[in-house]
Amino acid sequence: MISSTSETILSIEDLHASVEDQEILHGVNLVVKEGEIHAIMGRNGSGKSTLSKVIAGHPSYKVLSGSILFKGKDILELEPEERARIGIFLGFQYPVEIPGVSNLEFLRVATNSRRKELLKSELDTFEFEDLVKEKLKIVEMDPAFLERSVNEGFSGGEKKRNEILQMALLEPVISILDETDSGLDIDALRIVASGINRLSQPNSATILITHYQRLLNEITPDFVHIMADGKIIKTGNKELAIDLEKKGYEFIDKNAKEKEMAK
Amino acid sequence: MTQSNTVEEIVSQPYKYGFITEIETEKIPKGLNEDVIRLISAKKNEPDFLLKFRLRAYEQWLKMKEPDWSGLTYSKVDYQDLVYYAAPKQDIKKKSLDEVDPKLLETFEKLGIPLSEQKRLSNVAVDAVFDSVSIATTYKEKLAENGVIFCSISEAISEYPDLIEQYLGTVVPINDNFFAALNSAVFSDGSFVYIPKGVECPMELSSYFRINSGDTGQFERTLIIAEESSSVSYLEGCTAPMFDTNTLHAAVVELVALDNASIKYSTVQNWYAGNEEGVGGIYNFVTKRGECRGKKSKISWSQVETGSSITWKYPSCVLQGDNSIGEFYSIALTNNFQKADTGTKMIHIGKNTKSKIVSKGISAGQSKNSYRGLVSISPNAEGSRNYSQCDSMLIGDKASANTYPYIQSKQPQSNIEHEASTCRISEDQLFYLQSRGIDFEESVSMLVSGFCSDVFNELPMEFASEADKLLALKLEGSVG
Repeated sequence: MISSTSETILSIEDLHASVEDQEILHGVNLVVKEGEIHAIMGRNGSGKSTLSKVIAGHPSYKVLSGSILFKGKDILELEPEERARIGIFLGFQYPVEIPGVSNLEFLRVATNSRRKELLKSELDTFEFEDLVKEKLKIVEMDPAFLERSVNEGFSGGEKKRNEILQMALLEPVISILDETDSGLDIDALRIVASGINRLSQPNSATILITHYQRLLNEITPDFVHIMADGKIIKTGNKELAIDLEKKGYEFIDKNAKEKEMAK
Repeated sequence: MTQSNTVEEIVSQPYKYGFITEIETEKIPKGLNEDVIRLISAKKNEPDFLLKFRLRAYEQWLKMKEPDWSGLTYSKVDYQDLVYYAAPKQDIKKKSLDEVDPKLLETFEKLGIPLSEQKRLSNVAVDAVFDSVSIATTYKEKLAENGVIFCSISEAISEYPDLIEQYLGTVVPINDNFFAALNSAVFSDGSFVYIPKGVECPMELSSYFRINSGDTGQFERTLIIAEESSSVSYLEGCTAPMFDTNTLHAAVVELVALDNASIKYSTVQNWYAGNEEGVGGIYNFVTKRGECRGKKSKISWSQVETGSSITWKYPSCVLQGDNSIGEFYSIALTNNFQKADTGTKMIHIGKNTKSKIVSKGISAGQSKNSYRGLVSISPNAEGSRNYSQCDSMLIGDKASANTYPYIQSKQPQSNIEHEASTCRISEDQLFYLQSRGIDFEESVSMLVSGFCSDVFNELPMEFASEADKLLALKLEGSVG
């Protein structure tokens, strides 16, 4: 699926970012092209989630320097909703519960805001119900979830499926899935992974943020990046993830140190 | 940009109903004394018993002191500087809508309340009150087929004096409180509803109150009587033009439910709230009370309070009949310098009486929003239960929210539950919605609607979407 003529979707250069006045990202570089699946692995606190929130535009995270280009366009000045509309999707590690707001209505408003950007007609309640029922099959979700409040009282697995459902509806150009596999049992993991696989398109890309190799058994990444201390310190193919699983992060640390010394 | 600043900007919306209708008005001179009361009564051709009622109330009022226990501070009203009766000039009492001044019809149309035959809201009968008088009541004939009486209280006084004499002032006595006494002395108009035995009112009944004159106090009076095994749902809406002075609105609403009867009373209050500096706006000092006189009767109040510079009201239920039920569902949204002190009183007297209170307060700007409520269970009310839930949402860091629940139980075989919570609009919830492409503004209004959904679910269908829109309107604006 990848060819040298593939268009670059996301290009991050020397990105430094902070939260609550503490610098977390210390110069991240990453290029993601059409059709690619990237996995970002690393320990807790290595900056993986921060990176995803910065790309999506969370107001608590401040970009200190560097750039994020989406299809060649600087997005740092865009509001989170504007980023979403042009096709940047963040699948949350911990999707929040929003009591009193109907999941169906939320999904409809979100879908329409993306459709507007794509110059597609907005869907009324009935048209939307048809669409959403189709997409529910991808994540094997019960339509009863549509009638509930957004994520309220959902189990961990149900929340993650609801995230993938949103991804299916919004048809993003790039999906950043933050630990979508965490807290899932084997069956839920399989459903979520197959959903992600079915949704990947030749002209879109995916970034999987994960701790574990097990998700990567279901979804084969083209690139695996290891993050430590706010930087991507190593990039390889799927073998790297397997190595990591076998030898643990210490192996990476050692490796990186040697590299540093060699310099 | 900080989130809380922008949220504050969003809740600061210009008031859309602030226009003034240019119409010739008949006003009596400012001031209050016995002669003024006699004059009002004479203008309305009232029977003698009513004039006496008014004079008795006035006498009581003179002996009473303006209350100050609530902690609300406001520039005191000069009662001699108010006009107590103002009415658009019309030759005689209009028999049909076609004869009503088109300017008035236009005014109500602009407010979203079309009165003309063709454009009427389907399945809602409307009584439109402009300053001190009722302009028109729609669907009267259709209601009459079922024996339902829905008209202005002035008309009821002349057409059904026996019912008025029997019920007026029996739920809220003339000396109940300072403002109720004043209202009893000078009330001008309002709505009257009578549902006969066994009748389920075939349509929603609605009153729309419009203050137009700046120096006129509005003292409306509403009386609803539901006979045995009858039921009715009544809606009330209100707006006023923008003036930089404060206008007093002191209404009294009385509800009576007999055996197995049920009354649902819903309010969307959007009086002018004053400007961003807190200048002007309506003082909304209202006494609303319902009596569940019959066994298994039910009274349910729901209110969406978004307007007024000061709101001070406690729609209450006296649960006299055994197994009767009282409910109170409230949303109060305050912004800028608005103050709201609202809640309910549930007085359990009969056996196995039940009450439920759900209150949602949203405060933005530098506003103060308080829930104040009383649950009282008398020694005879065994087996009674109350459940109260009071939630507050703060927007920005200058607004305040308070909850004052008073609980008095003199009956050990009763059950009272109270839950209260305070929250801020959560940044994570906002970001979640925004990260799905939803505007900041719309996200805020979705969260507020979600916060209020328990109460929205209790509003009549026609009203729920209107109320939701009203909240969204209050919350909409430029994101800076």
